Amino acid sequence: MRADFSAIAQWIKPGTQVLDVGCGDGALLAHLRDVRLAHTYGVELADDKVLACAQKGINVIQQDLEGGLALFEDMSFETVILSQTLQTIHETAKILSEIARVGKECIVSFPNFGHWSHRLAVLTGRMPVSKSLPYQWYNTPNVRVLTIADFEALAPEVGLELLDRVVLHEGQEISLMPNLRGSLAIYRARRAK
Amino acid sequence: MSIGLVSPQKLSFAEPLVLQSGARIANYELMVETYGRLNADKSNAVLICHALNASHHVAGHSVDKPGDIGWWDNMVGPGKPVDTNRFFVIGINNLGSCFGSTGPMSMNPETGKPYGASFPVVTVEDWVNAQARVVDYFGIKTLAAVMGGSLGGMQATAWGMLYPERVQNCVVIASTPKLSAQNIAFNEVARSAILSDPDFHGGDYYAHQVVPRRGLRVARMIGHITYLSDDDMAEKFGRELRRAEGDSKEYNFNFDVEFEVESYLRYQGEKFADYFDANTYLLITRALDYFDPAKAHDNDLSAAFKKVQAKFLVVSFTTDWRFSPERSREIVKALLDNKLDVSYAEIDAPHGHDAFLLEDPRYHGVVRAYFDQISQKVGS
Repeated sequence: MRADFSAIAQWIKPGTQVLDVGCGDGALLAHLRDVRLAHTYGVELADDKVLACAQKGINVIQQDLEGGLALFEDMSFETVILSQTLQTIHETAKILSEIARVGKECIVSFPNFGHWSHRLAVLTGRMPVSKSLPYQWYNTPNVRVLTIADFEALAPEVGLELLDRVVLHEGQEISLMPNLRGSLAIYRARRAK
Repeated sequence: MSIGLVSPQKLSFAEPLVLQSGARIANYELMVETYGRLNADKSNAVLICHALNASHHVAGHSVDKPGDIGWWDNMVGPGKPVDTNRFFVIGINNLGSCFGSTGPMSMNPETGKPYGASFPVVTVEDWVNAQARVVDYFGIKTLAAVMGGSLGGMQATAWGMLYPERVQNCVVIASTPKLSAQNIAFNEVARSAILSDPDFHGGDYYAHQVVPRRGLRVARMIGHITYLSDDDMAEKFGRELRRAEGDSKEYNFNFDVEFEVESYLRYQGEKFADYFDANTYLLITRALDYFDPAKAHDNDLSAAFKKVQAKFLVVSFTTDWRFSPERSREIVKALLDNKLDVSYAEIDAPHGHDAFLLEDPRYHGVVRAYFDQISQKVGS
C-alpha cells in the first residue's frame, strides 16, 4: 500500500463523508472506502480517469477544478482531500479556500520541490526529474512548483490553519530536516477560525 | 452484436389509472418489448424509458419489419453497455404515444370513437405510474435500474422520486430537472404548427381521414434544429447547395430547396409525418413542459430528491444546448445535497442533444462500467 494513502487514511474518521478533489483513477478513495468504510466522492476532469473511477464503483463528478467547487455546500463533507493535485491548478488560493469551505477538515499533499535532489538538479543547471516529479519541464502537468516552506508560508494567507503534517520520502516518514529530505508533504488542515 | 429478431407484446390493464390532472383512464393497453432473461430472484431488470418520438422497440430487429432496428440498439444488446446477457431489459411504449399503446388514436370506450384531442393530458409521473404496473406484471419488486435520455431521463428521475424503494439505480442522460422558457417556446412553436394546420380539425382528423402533415413536418423540423449543435450542422451541411453532379453552383433565385440543410429538414419532416401522430406530439411536448419536480417543494430541487434512495449516473454532452450540462449539474447538485450516490460524466462530443443516441466510446464506456457494477451487485 502506498505510504501516503496510509498516512491519509489515519486522519479519516470511520464511516464519514470524504471528497477527493482531483481524485485521478479513484485508487485513494477505493482504499478509504475499504479501510475506513468512508462514503466517498471524487472530482476529476480527465475522461480516462473518470472511467477508471466508474469501473471501481467510485462516485465521481466530472468537472474542471479551476472553476471551484460550486456543486458542494459549505461544510458538507467531514474531509476534503487534495492529493498531489495542488501543483496542477492555476488558481492556488481559490482551490485551497474552496476545500476549506466544503470540508470540516481538509488534507493537502504535494511533491516537495525543496528535496535535496531537486535542489541539486537545479544547481547543476537542469530542472529536476525524480520519482516525485517524474516529468520533463516541457510535458509536466504541474503548473506550480512549491516547497514545504512555501506552503506553510501561504497557508495562513489563504485562511488555512495547519493541524498536522507528515513528510515522506520513498515511503518512509521524515522528521529531521523535512524540507530537504522529504519528497512528499501531507497536511491536515481546516479553515482558520 | 444485436439481440436479433424481437417481437412486442401488448399488456392490458383493467384497473383504472388516475392521472395527475385528476382524469381517469378506465382501462388501457401498453406495448412492451423485453430482452434477456429475468433471473430467479428477479433482481436484474432494467427499464428503458423513451423520449419524444421513440417506443417500446429499444433494441433488435422487429419480427414483422426486419429493417426496423430498435432506437437504442447501440446501447442495449448482448455485450452492449446494457448487456442483455446479464440484464432483463424492458421497453414500454408510453401511454398516449402512437406505437400501439393506448393513446389518441385508440377507441374511447365511452364514445366508440377515437379519443383524438380528448385524450387526457398525461405527465411524466403518470407514465411512471403506468410503467410501475408493467413492472408488477412481471412480478418484479425492485428494478436494478431505470434508464433514459432526454424526456426518458425525466422518467428515470421521477422513478427515483415516486418509487424510492423500487429502483436501485437511475441513469439520466442528456436530461434536465425542468424545461427552460426557451425549451417551452420551441415546443409551443411546434404545437402551433400542428394546431394551425387546416387538416388538424381540432384533433379529430381521423374522422376526416386526413393527417395534419404540414404541421407535423414543421414541428419535426423545429425539433431537429434543437437536437443538433451549430457546429454539427456546419459540419454536416455547411452552406452546401442541393445540386446534382455537374449542375450549376449558382443560386436559382426561388424558394425551392436550395441548401442541403433545407433538404435534410424537409426529409426528416416528411418521414416523421409518415409515422407519428399529431395528437401524440401535442401530448408528449406538454408532458415535457409540465415536468418540474421542484415545483411542489417551493422550487427547491434538493427537497424534491429527499425521499430518493437510488444511486444515480448522470451524463451530459458539452454541445447539447437543448438540455445543457448546466441542467444536468442541477440534478447532480440536488443529489449531492442529499448525500446520494452519484456519478456525473460530461462528455465532450460535437453532436448536440442527439449525442445521447450515438455511439461514443467515452460515453458508452462510462455507462458500461456503471452497469458492470450493477451486475456485480445483483449477481447477474
